[in-house]
Amino acid sequence: MSAPSQTQNASLPASGLRKFWSDFSESPTAVIALFVFLLILFIAIFAPWVSPSDPYDLTSVDIMNSRLPPGSEDFSGNFYLLGTDGAGRDMLSAIFYGLRVSLGVGALSGFVALIIGAALGLSAAYFGGRFETITMRIVDIQLSFPSILMALIILAAFGKGVEKTIIALILVQWAYYARAARASALVEKNKEYVEAAHCLALGNKRIILSHIAPNCMAPLIVVGTLQTAHAISLEATLSFLGLGLPITEPSLGLLIGNGFEYMYSGDFWISIFPGVALLITIVSINLVGDQLRDMFNPRLQK
Amino acid sequence: MTAFILRRSLQSIIVLFVMSVIVFVGVNLVGDPVDMLINPESDQAEIDRVIRDLGLDRPVSEQYWYFVVNAFQGDLGRSFIFGEPALKLIIQRMPATMELALFSLLMAVVFGIPLGIYAGLKPNSKVSKTIMAGSILGFSMPTFWVGIILIMFFSVSLGWLPSTGRGEVATYLGITSSIFTLDGLSHIFLPAFNLALFKLSSVIRLARAGTREVILQDYIKFARAKGVAESRVVRVHLLKNIMIPVITIIGLEFGSLIAFSTVTETVFAWPGMGKLIIDSIYNLDRPVVVAYLMIIVVIFVTLNLIVDILYSVLDPRVRIKGVS
Repeated sequence: MSAPSQTQNASLPASGLRKFWSDFSESPTAVIALFVFLLILFIAIFAPWVSPSDPYDLTSVDIMNSRLPPGSEDFSGNFYLLGTDGAGRDMLSAIFYGLRVSLGVGALSGFVALIIGAALGLSAAYFGGRFETITMRIVDIQLSFPSILMALIILAAFGKGVEKTIIALILVQWAYYARAARASALVEKNKEYVEAAHCLALGNKRIILSHIAPNCMAPLIVVGTLQTAHAISLEATLSFLGLGLPITEPSLGLLIGNGFEYMYSGDFWISIFPGVALLITIVSINLVGDQLRDMFNPRLQK
Repeated sequence: MTAFILRRSLQSIIVLFVMSVIVFVGVNLVGDPVDMLINPESDQAEIDRVIRDLGLDRPVSEQYWYFVVNAFQGDLGRSFIFGEPALKLIIQRMPATMELALFSLLMAVVFGIPLGIYAGLKPNSKVSKTIMAGSILGFSMPTFWVGIILIMFFSVSLGWLPSTGRGEVATYLGITSSIFTLDGLSHIFLPAFNLALFKLSSVIRLARAGTREVILQDYIKFARAKGVAESRVVRVHLLKNIMIPVITIIGLEFGSLIAFSTVTETVFAWPGMGKLIIDSIYNLDRPVVVAYLMIIVVIFVTLNLIVDILYSVLDPRVRIKGVS
C-alpha cells in the first residue's frame, strides 16, 4: 500500500499477503512458532547436508562410541553435542534424519487425507441426498472412535510398514477434512456466485473445483495444520509401540523407542532429545494452527 | 422415540458387523501363523495336523462364519501363544485396565476442575496463564513420551515411585484392585497421571470456559449482592453449573481412555488388556487381537448408543433432526 510505484497487478497480491502477515503477526508467539517451524522444516529437508555425520553410514559409525553422554568427544576427535545412541550413532544427526521421516510421513498422509476428505465433503454438500447421508454417517461413526484405536485396528489388520502406516494415518484423518469441507461448502453453495455459475450452465465438476473449493480453503488449512501435528504425534506413538514404521525408516518415535531400554541405566539422552525435537515440532505447528484458526474465525474478526 | 432408538440400534449393529468383517478379514491376512507356531523341525504330517486343529485350512469366509457363531456363544477362539480362550485372557486383564482408566479419570477431575475454575475466575493472572500454557502442552505432548519423562524423573532419578507393574493388590467389597494397598497406590500413580494428562487438559479448558460463562449470570451477581461468601458462590452456584458439560465429556471420552491405555500400559508394563493387545500383535496371536478389537468395538458402540439415546431424551431436537 505504501509503494505507489508498483503497478496495480503486482500490488494486489502483495497487499493480500501483507494483510495476512499483519493479522498473523498480532500474536508474537505464533510468529516465533512459525520461525521455529520453518527452521525445523529446513533441517528436515536438508538433513544430509546440515547433519554433523551420516548416522546410517555403517563405515562412519563405531560401536565403541556407543552411549557417549552429550558433549563428549571420541578418540578420533569427533564431537557429539547430544551424545550417541546404543549403536554409537550421533544423536543430533539421528534426530535430523528422524525429523525428515516424521515430517515426511505426517505431511504426505495429511495431504492425501485432505484431498480425499475435501473431495468427499464438498461433493456431499453439493449433491446432497443419499450420497451425503451415507458419507456423513460414515464420518460420524469414524469420528466416534479415537484415532489411536482406528490406527491400531488398521495396523493390526494389515501389518507394519511405511506405506501401511501412511494408509492408516490417511484413513484416520480423512473424516476430519470431510466434515470441515462439507460444513463450509454448505454455506458457500447457496451464495450468489454459485447461482451465477449455475446460470452460466457450468458443469458440476467445474463449479465444485473452481468456484466452491477455493472459498472453502481457509477452514481446511486450519484443520490441515492441526491434523498434521496430530498425525506426526500419532505416527511417533505407533512407531514407539513397534507397530508403525520399520527400523529402516527411523522416525523420531522409533528413536525414542530405541532409547527407552537405556533409560533405566540413566542414559536419558537417547530417549529425551528426540522427544524434545518431536515436542517442539508439534507445539510449533499447533501454535501456528491456533493463530490461523483465530484469524479465519469470523466471530473474532474486528 | 422408539423409532429413534430402533434405528440407532440397527445402525450400531451394522457398525459392529462391518467392524467384525474388517478386523477378522484383515487380521487373517497378516503373516503366516503357521511359520511361527510350529517347530521348524516338525514333519509335514505334524504341520498339517496343527493347521487342521487351528482351522487354518478352511476358506476365510468359513472361518469368519464360525467366528461369528462362536462369538455369540462367548467363544472368541484360543490364543495361539497361551493356549487359553482369548476371551478369558482379556477378561482377566480387564480389571487392571479399568482401574487405571477410572483412577486417571478421577485425577483429571480432581486436579482439572479447581485449576480450570481458578483460570476462569482470574483470567489475567500469571498463574492462570501458566495453567493454560500447561494445558496446551498437555494437548501437544505425546502420551508415551510423557510416560518416559515421568519414569526418568520419578523412578530413575529420584527413586520415589516404581515404574513397572501393578504392585500388590487387595480385595475389598469383592473388588480386587491395587488402589487398596499402599504399594499398589504407589504403582498406579505414575501411569494414571500419564493417562490422565490429556483429559486433564480438556477438563481444565472446559471448566475455564464454563466458569467464564457462568460467572456473568444473574444468579451469581445476585448471590454476591446478597452477601454470600465468595467461597460459597464458587462451591455451590458455580461448580454445580459447570459440572454438566464436564460430566458429559468425561462420560463420552471414557472409551478413549481405554484405547489410549494401550500406550501407557506398554510404557509402564501395566498388566492390562492394552499391553496384551500390543504383545499379541507382535506375536501374531490372531485370536487375541481379534477378540480384543471386537470387545473394544462393542464397548465403544454401546457407549455411543447410550450417550445418543440419553441425548435424545434430554434434547428433542436430536430426534427430530434424525427423522428428517
